[in-house]
Amino acid sequence: MSNSIIKPQKGISRRSVLQGMGATAGTGLALQAMPGFVRYSQAGTSEPVKIGLQLHRTGIGASYGRWYERVTAAAVKVINDGGGINGRPVEVIIEDDGTDPKRGAEVLEKFATQHKVDVAYGTLFSHVVIGSAPRAGELKMPYVVVSEGHHVASGKLNRYVFQPGITDVRSQVIAMAPWISKNLGKKVTMIFPDFAFGHDHRDYFSEAIKAQGGEVAGLIAIPPTESSFTRYLPQISSSTEVLYHVMVGPAVLTFVKELGQFFGSTRPQIFGFIDSLEAVDLATPQLEFLEGTYFWEGNPRYAQKDQTEYDKFYREMVGVDANGASASDPKDISTYSHMFGCWESLFAIKQAMEASGYEGQTPKDKQGFIEAMEAIQKFDEGREHPQGDKIFNGKNHQCYGHQNISKVTGGRLELVHRTAIEDGLYEVSADYTKMSL
Amino acid sequence: MTSPSFIKAAGLHLLVIMSLFVLQFVLPAYHHLAIARIMVLAVFAMGYNLLFGYAGLLSLGHALFFAAGLYGAGLTAYHLGWSVPAAFVAGTGSGFLASLLIGLIALRTSGVAFMIVTMMFAQVAYLASLYFTTYTRGDEGLVMPDAARRFELFGVSFDLTDPTVRYNIALALLTLTTVVIFAIVRGTTGRTLIAIRENEPRTLMLGYDTFRIKLKALVISGTLSAMAGSAYALLFAYVGSSFASIQYSIDALLFTLLGGAGTVLGPLLGTIAMFYMIDIASEYTAAYLLVTGLALIALVLFFPKGIVGTIRERWVSWLP
Repeated sequence: MSNSIIKPQKGISRRSVLQGMGATAGTGLALQAMPGFVRYSQAGTSEPVKIGLQLHRTGIGASYGRWYERVTAAAVKVINDGGGINGRPVEVIIEDDGTDPKRGAEVLEKFATQHKVDVAYGTLFSHVVIGSAPRAGELKMPYVVVSEGHHVASGKLNRYVFQPGITDVRSQVIAMAPWISKNLGKKVTMIFPDFAFGHDHRDYFSEAIKAQGGEVAGLIAIPPTESSFTRYLPQISSSTEVLYHVMVGPAVLTFVKELGQFFGSTRPQIFGFIDSLEAVDLATPQLEFLEGTYFWEGNPRYAQKDQTEYDKFYREMVGVDANGASASDPKDISTYSHMFGCWESLFAIKQAMEASGYEGQTPKDKQGFIEAMEAIQKFDEGREHPQGDKIFNGKNHQCYGHQNISKVTGGRLELVHRTAIEDGLYEVSADYTKMSL
Repeated sequence: MTSPSFIKAAGLHLLVIMSLFVLQFVLPAYHHLAIARIMVLAVFAMGYNLLFGYAGLLSLGHALFFAAGLYGAGLTAYHLGWSVPAAFVAGTGSGFLASLLIGLIALRTSGVAFMIVTMMFAQVAYLASLYFTTYTRGDEGLVMPDAARRFELFGVSFDLTDPTVRYNIALALLTLTTVVIFAIVRGTTGRTLIAIRENEPRTLMLGYDTFRIKLKALVISGTLSAMAGSAYALLFAYVGSSFASIQYSIDALLFTLLGGAGTVLGPLLGTIAMFYMIDIASEYTAAYLLVTGLALIALVLFFPKGIVGTIRERWVSWLP
């Protein structure tokens, strides 16, 4: 179903219920007998806090969307089992944006005026975020995105848009440079898609590797229409020590296969971003060439030897096994590197609402929520933030955290380095707090 | 010009415009916002329909003209700080120039070749919007600056973040488009376009310069589509490559087919119907495009002339 809601204390509407979320009328009585169940009666209002999930259920973001929905369901269940937000249950309303910026803006309008949600949340693809953000500002709708784009941090959006649950691409990229230059090599050739996302990698990493005393030996931009990469690979200069790749969408398997054919057994060090291999099984035969290469991961897909109790709890709640696959279907690989951002964003929303004593949708409540979110300075590692501790910059509405570098070993990703938060910091000039509410 | 059918037709179109004006006072908030967006897209579809419905030229590249308007307005406002009226003129002018240039080339072909040529041009434009990411931010797109969210005209201030202002600007553009299309199709040009659609060699033999008339139709069609694109960028504060993709060329065709090709009001009705079909179906199923597809198949099978086209064929013969 495309539009699901959960009403913790009411019957089910004409829309379907998210499986496993909170206490519905049918399970309410049973839950009251359970430890940890808190009645919602102490709140000023028993009306649920409504969160609108702007979901990529269809379109190019669907493989991510499926997991963003599952993580949202799991986090809301934990929140509701713990007494909700300010003693009020949380209700999630889902609208499919088709991974399209036009529809994304329409969905925000629907959230604001038809569903009357308190917060819109959960958008991943940058073009949908950027297409929707102006409407969020105009509708005075707090909009919490899980996108990793640099758009929020850049200051180009507005005061209603936040990214508290996942770091931005600029931070991720510059955090990689010190380790790459120290451990893999200083002469880097970059292969990236010739559109905005790839250009961010090109610009931020080039600057960062030069700051480490390294150099960019080559920049190979792949046009978005390409499905074969053979003719681009000869552009990789022989002096290249590290090949830095941001794989290109659906053609990722072809890219890896052709890279293997091109290099054979002699290759430079290879470092890539896991984005295009999210929801893809690393044990896929065409990916054998990646053995021994390195990847950025937002959150390590495979449970590591020193797995924290928080990651263990989060995996269990979301229904993901130690290999990063669905606990009920080992072939259903998660988008583990990104989807933690949904979990953490929901707890950030809870934290800001509780800090501001959020009660309703009055302008005063919304202002209080925005200011409380801006006042957050850090998130401690724990069940609410299982990926790790983070700092939050209230001026540019962006969090900064640890990044992970993993090596493909035996068809799994083994963590070899975890960056410090400081590795991903850059000078921030944006200040949304100067904008009026 | 003042025949009974003209009076009835003009009265009906006036009634539609007046109804849309009155609707803003009674529509629930969400539908108020939706209709504003729909009216802008309807201008695009009506522009498309002039070429497809009346001249019989099936373009698969009208996203190019919409995008010319979108980027013409968006880039001048974003990079050069142009005022909203100036950016709007720049966007609409971009569409005029693009349609003139492409018309001179593409109209040397017809039928399937015309479809392919227009689609190829549109694809070039789409890829160009990605290629020049430095200026356009390609697929990510750009948010219009605050300075482009308000403007003054004849001493009156307009705030584009105000839904009422946005609704009435969209309605004004729709009214202008309706008047232009109505005047064209009720006049000599419209009659000649229909003659070309029905039998071009015969029209040529009768002494009409069919190339010039088709070029005129394409330029007006492209300019109206660009006007919609300019309005979209400035009213909704976003420009991005997705609006230049083939999906938008197809959308214009679908809105027109659904509402009724070769009718003035068909594209408006088609845009409304398609929007709500997707909006409602997506509440029940992720396969909402399948629902839309089945609806279109049913339409082609049972009402091949679209909603307004069927009404005209069966009941109201005077509809333009």
